[in-house]
Amino acid sequence: MSFNNLDMLYRQVIMDHYKNPRNRGAIEDGVTVNLNNPTCGDTLRLQLQIEDDIVKDAKFEGEGCSISIASASMMTQIIKGKTVEEALQLANIFSEMVQGKEYDADTFDLDDIEALSGVSKFPARIKCATLAWKALEKGVDEDA
Amino acid sequence: MLNASIREQFPILNQEINGHPLVYLDSAASSQKPLAVIEAIEDYYRRNHSNVHRGVHTLGTQATDAYEGARERVRSFIHATVPEEIIFTRGTTTAINLVASSYGDANVNEGDEIVLTPMEHHANLIPWQQLAKRRGATLRFVELTPDGRVTLDAVESVLSDRTKIVAMSHVSNVLGTINPIADVARLAHEVGAVMVVDAAQSAPHRKLDVQALDCDFLAFSGHKMLGPTGIGVLYGKKQLLKNMEPVEFGGEMIDYVDLYESTWKDLPYRFEAGTPIIAGAVGLAAAIDFLEEIGLENVEAHERELASYAIEQMKTIEGIEIYGPEDRVGLVTFNLKDVHAHDLATVLDMQGIAVRAGHHCAQPLMRLLKQSSTARASFYVYNTKEEVDRFIEGLRQTKEYFNYEF
Ligand SMILES: Cc1ncc(COP(=O)(O)O)c(C=O)c1O
Repeated sequence: MSFNNLDMLYRQVIMDHYKNPRNRGAIEDGVTVNLNNPTCGDTLRLQLQIEDDIVKDAKFEGEGCSISIASASMMTQIIKGKTVEEALQLANIFSEMVQGKEYDADTFDLDDIEALSGVSKFPARIKCATLAWKALEKGVDEDA
Repeated sequence: MLNASIREQFPILNQEINGHPLVYLDSAASSQKPLAVIEAIEDYYRRNHSNVHRGVHTLGTQATDAYEGARERVRSFIHATVPEEIIFTRGTTTAINLVASSYGDANVNEGDEIVLTPMEHHANLIPWQQLAKRRGATLRFVELTPDGRVTLDAVESVLSDRTKIVAMSHVSNVLGTINPIADVARLAHEVGAVMVVDAAQSAPHRKLDVQALDCDFLAFSGHKMLGPTGIGVLYGKKQLLKNMEPVEFGGEMIDYVDLYESTWKDLPYRFEAGTPIIAGAVGLAAAIDFLEEIGLENVEAHERELASYAIEQMKTIEGIEIYGPEDRVGLVTFNLKDVHAHDLATVLDMQGIAVRAGHHCAQPLMRLLKQSSTARASFYVYNTKEEVDRFIEGLRQTKEYFNYEF
């Protein structure tokens, strides 16, 4: 059986982030956001350490499918060292990308996260990919 | 096995999904509809529709006859004593909420207890949580056996003279467990409590007899039993319904209206405020006809056979874990080791196979199983052995995909 679309979804990078998530763990004193995906039971705890408007550290814990875990892992990697505003810009770009819309691929080096663009072919899974980014938006909002 | 020609009655099944013939294994979430049901609704709108219980004109009478005919059809389906005991609702959820708000608020007081199980669907949990909060009552949970069954000993140990309500699913939507409702109802009555049954997963699959069960309230949804969405049933013993206050007010449910005071119609109308779900009731009656034509015993036997065949095959796939007891109705909840249920469902979907993945609206039970998410395949009258074979092959392909691709 051929699984072309699936291969787009489950690219090697994604499975690598799923099996070896980066930045898994806790931060002593950061902003904490707990988010659930109520349709499937995925849970995510994102912790952010924001200093002088810069994301100094980001860590997560959670239970979820390959897409939601890989997305959280990739996100914590890419937002570290970015300003809060840049992180939010990235959240927008990511959201447009996974919805299959035109997205800005030039402002930032998107790195691994572009591997998740295949999600746009699987509407039922977009929520899995955006969970971590929703948590980021919420966390930044709470920090403000 | 049922005759495979039954399948031809379901037009939606005759299509390809992602390039493969559809294998629909998610009937426990919502079943598909036979032509007889689709046509009954169409015919109603083409020839008989009007508002009910109002007009003097002929169409008004035809619509009223269709609606009340459906009520009688439901009465005989669940063997209730009189049609006044049948209240049409939007579904199981609305029906249980009605009992909690009306009977519950009037009869549950501070210090009283409501007995549930940890396997309840959120629809049979949260209305009771809210009632307990409003009234200062306490929820008590029956402890399940490790394989997910309810025993009478476990029920007895949480019952007391403080128990006012026992609410339990007839069949679990996750484990497929069949609960001993008649015995639990007897125990509930011994301590003076009423028995509320969530029959959402039993009404579609087995013969129901509310008098034999001796339950006080029973709720189910049309859409899980070949009927349309938006229609469901609350059965209540007349003796109890008679003394209950409505929870919604407006047209259709009133007797005499004055500017400051009004009085209510008799049963069952006082619980059906506003223009009712007429076409839904007509569709549900057609669904009941369809099921009874096949025979509920045959429906149940067919699904059990498919489920045992599936389980037997699944056991040959290493890494599949199956949840729930041996004796079960036609559904299998499972996980494939190291593959999240969501990922599994996506890969099956790419092969045209629809299964459910997630917490199945039973988060506390998921925690008990120590799973954040599981996959579920559920079978109904239109499923075949060949489809089970496709499902098994799909599982093998999925396993291989996640093992070797990366
Ligand atoms: C056991 C059980 N109870 C209640 C419900 C709720 O039914 P509805 O959503 O039709 O109100 C369901 C359906 O998912 C169910 O499986």
